[in-house]
Amino acid sequence: MSVAAIAFSPEQLAEVRRLQSLYPDKRGALLPVLHMAQDTFGYVSLEAEEYVAGLFDLSPAHVHEVVTFYTLYFREPKGRHVVAVCHNLSCHLAGAPEILAHVKRRLGIEAGETTGDGRITLQAVECLCACEAAPMMQVDDRYELNLTPEKVDRILEGLA
Amino acid sequence: MTLVLTRSFDDSSSHTLEAYRAHGGYAAWEKAQAMEPAAIVDEVKAANLRGLGGAGFPTGVKWSFIPKNHTGPVYLVVNADEGEPGTFKDRYLLERDPHALIEGMLIAARAIRSALGFVYIRGEYVEPWRRFSAAVREAYDAHHLGRGFDVVVHRGAGAYICGEETGLISSLEGKKGWPKVKPPFPAIKGAFGQPTIVNNVETLCCVPPIIERGAAWFAGLGTKTQGGTRMYSVSGRVKRPGVYETPVSVTLRQLIFEHAGGVTASGRLKAVVPGGGSAPILTADEIDVTMDVDGLKNAGSMIGSAGVVVMDESASIPEALMVLARFYAHESCGQCTPCRESTGWIYKMVHRIVEGHGHKDDLDTIVDVAKRGGGTTICAFYDGAVGPYVSYIEKFRPEFEALISRA
Ligand SMILES: Cc1cc2nc3c(=O)[nH]c(=O)nc-3n(C[C@H](O)[C@H](O)[C@H](O)COP(=O)(O)O)c2cc1C
Ligand code: SF4
Ligand code: FES
Repeated sequence: MSVAAIAFSPEQLAEVRRLQSLYPDKRGALLPVLHMAQDTFGYVSLEAEEYVAGLFDLSPAHVHEVVTFYTLYFREPKGRHVVAVCHNLSCHLAGAPEILAHVKRRLGIEAGETTGDGRITLQAVECLCACEAAPMMQVDDRYELNLTPEKVDRILEGLA
Repeated sequence: MTLVLTRSFDDSSSHTLEAYRAHGGYAAWEKAQAMEPAAIVDEVKAANLRGLGGAGFPTGVKWSFIPKNHTGPVYLVVNADEGEPGTFKDRYLLERDPHALIEGMLIAARAIRSALGFVYIRGEYVEPWRRFSAAVREAYDAHHLGRGFDVVVHRGAGAYICGEETGLISSLEGKKGWPKVKPPFPAIKGAFGQPTIVNNVETLCCVPPIIERGAAWFAGLGTKTQGGTRMYSVSGRVKRPGVYETPVSVTLRQLIFEHAGGVTASGRLKAVVPGGGSAPILTADEIDVTMDVDGLKNAGSMIGSAGVVVMDESASIPEALMVLARFYAHESCGQCTPCRESTGWIYKMVHRIVEGHGHKDDLDTIVDVAKRGGGTTICAFYDGAVGPYVSYIEKFRPEFEALISRA
């Protein structure tokens, strides 16, 4: 993505100002605006960090420190879909290692990688707090519960 | 059985304002508006409500710490950053009873004289965030909100440590979620430098019933030192995993065998985590304890977030510890040397043991290293890791030793 493409639309800039006005100090809106930046630009590049820093009168270094602290901000292009398999305790007890191994085999990638066609980024993540339906994973915005290898196959096939 | 927090969960429209009203919603707020703030605080104190996010601190007492002579803003911050392994109750409340939280916030805000509240929802909770945001819009349209009290819904971005109240405040301020040294406590100097009360979702959902039905009724539901019911998240090797609301006097045995239907597979209980991943583990012989704050404390563990994870005979305790150790190594914020160094190092050691490459001295070394760092860090995260490290090894030592002797 070229540097010139890193800019919000006038409507988005209005939304940024609205978000900033909700907090006693406009900095409070930094995380929400970084979510917006990621949704708009696909991931949070160094250029995007610099752009967002400008909207907050913050140093790019501060924004970089924030972006790298949180797991939901991607600093490199991600797949069109993100598949995040929980591998914490309850999911582990319910067979998460087998589910994760199955997904890796199906996609031919390791956790932290993206398929060559840019379709799916795979992650192994900590407790997503749906342990009553273990093993589980998150696919983009959705929680997929009570997984079996067959169910995983159906879900992966449905991702364009 | 008395259901307080989950009474409307069977109604598929329970998240709407209409259904909430049909179940008697916002009547407590009506009543509270005629009460002096101090009277609300007293009522919550007398109800023996204790924080349900992890620390179990008496809620009314916490509210009374807001400086009386303070003339600037006071903030109410809701901790909806649910992330403790084995816990999922707040997700149910956000999705199925969002108006209960809004009503609890309104009453709490009146008690502490706050005009602005923030609800910090973990970033992964997209559906709960949508549901809760929709309820906030309904509450504005119905003029419950926007008349002296506003609510900002804030999404986190993935970091367990933001569940710790001062880490949460740092994050809300647009910084990385580093916990801060206490004192000053948030009630004195919290979000944006102002007095702030941080409460868990479930804690605030208890407030409307307390105001509506009275402190004596709520206190009477529980034990001498803790009132009410609470929502236990039960998962792992049980027949019916799920959220169970019961009075806090329930025993762990009742929860596992009566509510959750008993143990699956081998049918034989081996161990239980009683209060979320950070609670010291209990053996099958230690489950005749009441599930209130003091019951678990006396049993050498903690109720924490009330996330109950059940392990049967087929579960490997060393593997379970490895999974948790990996979690702590990943989630340490890195500010304090003992926490940053030990969590990484202990994970490597436990991993090595599970892989069959452990050494004879490893177990003593882990326990020794873990204990030495305890109590020296900025926040309770590290103590929450030490509990599992030490208890898993001390209570199930032969199982670890069997892996080592094979090495
Ligand atoms: C490492 C750590 C993680 C925590 N995570 C949460 C959490 O996810 N949700 C929560 O409500 N409290 C959590 N807490 C407890 C909070 O610090 C705080 O005590 C609580 O939000 C206060 O609300 P309460 O008094 O209503 O329980 C955590 C504490 C620690 C040390
Ligand atoms: S104890 Fe660990 S998580 Fe808490 S502040 Fe220190 S380094 Fe961070
Ligand atoms: S352990 Fe996987 S959702 Fe909690």
